[in-house]
Amino acid sequence: MISYDVAALPWLPKAPDDHREQVRAFGPGVAAAALRDAATARLDINGLTRLAKALDRVGEAVEGDALSPVDAALLADCTTDYLAPALVATAPRHGVRLRLTVGDYGQMEQALLDPGSAVARARPEVALISLDAASLGLDAPLMDAAAAAEAVARAVARLEALAAAARERLGAVPILQTVAPPAEPWSGSLDARFAGAPAAMIQALNARMGGIAEAHGGLLLDVAGLAARVGVARWRDHGQRHAAKLPFALDLTPLWADHVCRLIGAMRGKARKCLVLDLDNTLWGGVVGDDGVEGIALGQGSARGEAHLAVQRYALSLRARGIVLAVCSKNEDDAARAPFRRHPDMLLREEHVAVFVANWTDKATNLQAIARTLNIGVDALAFLDDNPAERARVRQMLPEVATPELPDDPAWYPAALAHAGYFETVALSAEDAGRADAYQANAARAVALESLGSIDAYHRSLEMRCDIRPFDRVGRARIAQLINKTNQFNVTTIRRTEAEVAEIEVDPEMFHRQIRLVDRFGDNGMIAVVIFRKGVAEWVCDTWLMSCRVLSRRVEEAALRAVAEAARAEGATRLVGRYRPTAKNRMVADLFGVLGFAKVAETEAGETEWALALADYVAPELPMEVVGPGDDAERAA
Amino acid sequence: MTDAALEAELMEIMRDVLDVDDLNYDENLTADDVEEWDSLSHVRLIVAVEKHFGVRFSTQEIEAMRRLGDLRRAITTKKAGAA
Repeated sequence: MISYDVAALPWLPKAPDDHREQVRAFGPGVAAAALRDAATARLDINGLTRLAKALDRVGEAVEGDALSPVDAALLADCTTDYLAPALVATAPRHGVRLRLTVGDYGQMEQALLDPGSAVARARPEVALISLDAASLGLDAPLMDAAAAAEAVARAVARLEALAAAARERLGAVPILQTVAPPAEPWSGSLDARFAGAPAAMIQALNARMGGIAEAHGGLLLDVAGLAARVGVARWRDHGQRHAAKLPFALDLTPLWADHVCRLIGAMRGKARKCLVLDLDNTLWGGVVGDDGVEGIALGQGSARGEAHLAVQRYALSLRARGIVLAVCSKNEDDAARAPFRRHPDMLLREEHVAVFVANWTDKATNLQAIARTLNIGVDALAFLDDNPAERARVRQMLPEVATPELPDDPAWYPAALAHAGYFETVALSAEDAGRADAYQANAARAVALESLGSIDAYHRSLEMRCDIRPFDRVGRARIAQLINKTNQFNVTTIRRTEAEVAEIEVDPEMFHRQIRLVDRFGDNGMIAVVIFRKGVAEWVCDTWLMSCRVLSRRVEEAALRAVAEAARAEGATRLVGRYRPTAKNRMVADLFGVLGFAKVAETEAGETEWALALADYVAPELPMEVVGPGDDAERAA
Repeated sequence: MTDAALEAELMEIMRDVLDVDDLNYDENLTADDVEEWDSLSHVRLIVAVEKHFGVRFSTQEIEAMRRLGDLRRAITTKKAGAA
């Protein structure tokens, strides 16, 4: 069991069920953005092959400027029949439309030197040169150190000549690949220090590869590093090599292609510039608005706290090489900033964050504002958020933002971000080190917000099922927990023990409901609690609270509908709402107003009272299925 | 797993790999009968089958497969051996 299997490109979202049909429908006139979106999915070699076929069919007839065309040549000493389509289909993921010419097998020198070759006539801007240890003469051991040095020198000379020809004859940027080490030992551990061992010769060549690339204005693709990351034993598939001359295991082709394309993308300035970070359960464990600065999990001492600390450390390591950091969180601004100011274990400080957005506006809108503030494109953003619903929403509204899928365990968040390669770079300079500061100095703090897209379509796409039922024994402990923990969405903040909750269960004067929400991303569990005191004509709100995780899902409207319908059925004519301000519950100060109540009283302390005439109440159409205990039997059946 | 279930899964893989919709299980189907089934897609097919069924074929076994029925039997044999 591999904890984070890089070969499956797990940072990409799964391809939708109708991906095949979508791709098949592509024809001339297709939007470049649609091609990019189709490529931004976890595609295996078969998915890539299909997409490449569609791209071939579309040819030059692509609308819009979401993709930059790049003419490229692939020169390899192996079967390229799988590599070429994989490259073409992966390129749109990195903002590139690749027009690829493939050199004939074993004709590398001719392709580069003969002006009449198909490769030369295509006038490529990039030439990927792929040679394995065998064609470089480094696969057989040599007993003599001088002979080994000479073998390495010959390999270097050949690569020098190829890179020079690509550069000078074709005017193309050569991309050289380091060579993957052998999967099996020859002499054993001595391979690492015996100059004539294939492993040692390959290592000696790889050590010089960067210099060759640099000398010829080329780029380096670290295949040896890639093979090490997935495991060399997995990288090399002897059966496939013998049967089909594959340079590495077929199912690793998508990973290799992604690394080639991110390099070409970076060369074209398509790499991301800014990492936008969510806060709760991303930069720290827990919800600062509810748990407080003291209650969040962060820092040494707990695995969870260390995992989130590692996320911060990784973000800072990106900032050190010029990646701008921003924050986008659903929070009160001061609650969101409190850990940055007061938590002793925070590595990230406000001075590291170029744009800090904490509010209750949807994240897609906030991401656009962040890009505007930094004066960069939305397609220069990568967005890290633990919440799958938020990620789906952002992907739907802003597919050009790189939003990685994340494993459940935050310990793997930095790995996901690192392997996704959003911040690929072809060079680093002293200027890069200062770039994040420069952006920050220029960033205006004012963030313009505007509504965006259809929130309704989003809600419907979530396939929500809202379960509303009276308190019962099963829910009791969680009800008490919510009553005692919820700080933000809580109109009265009345705390109760579990025993008191049990009393309410059997109190005929009390109307009580526990609310759960399931959506297509999973079960959110119990997320809201409502208690009203029943009068003859008037039902008065005692408790109304909800987890912020499901904010802006219209759950509160479903709750109100349940209360209003029950009150009506029992002959009441009016609902009364109460809001008691605390340091943390400002976000619901106007909850009743938003739900259609009229304010009837306000005290000096800011307590407000609201009324809703049930005769005037019209139940809204809700984008969710609302169920109750009556539906249990049906679902069990 | 029943033969029918195995055949259904095998055909789903074939449709995915070859990008052909109207393909049904036929014991005697060969690459000559399906335009998209060439030596290149055959390698992808074998790799996809290996991954899906959790089996591994040797080079000789792959070379010995002539008809779809051979592949199906090879899967059954391997899976029985693995169990």
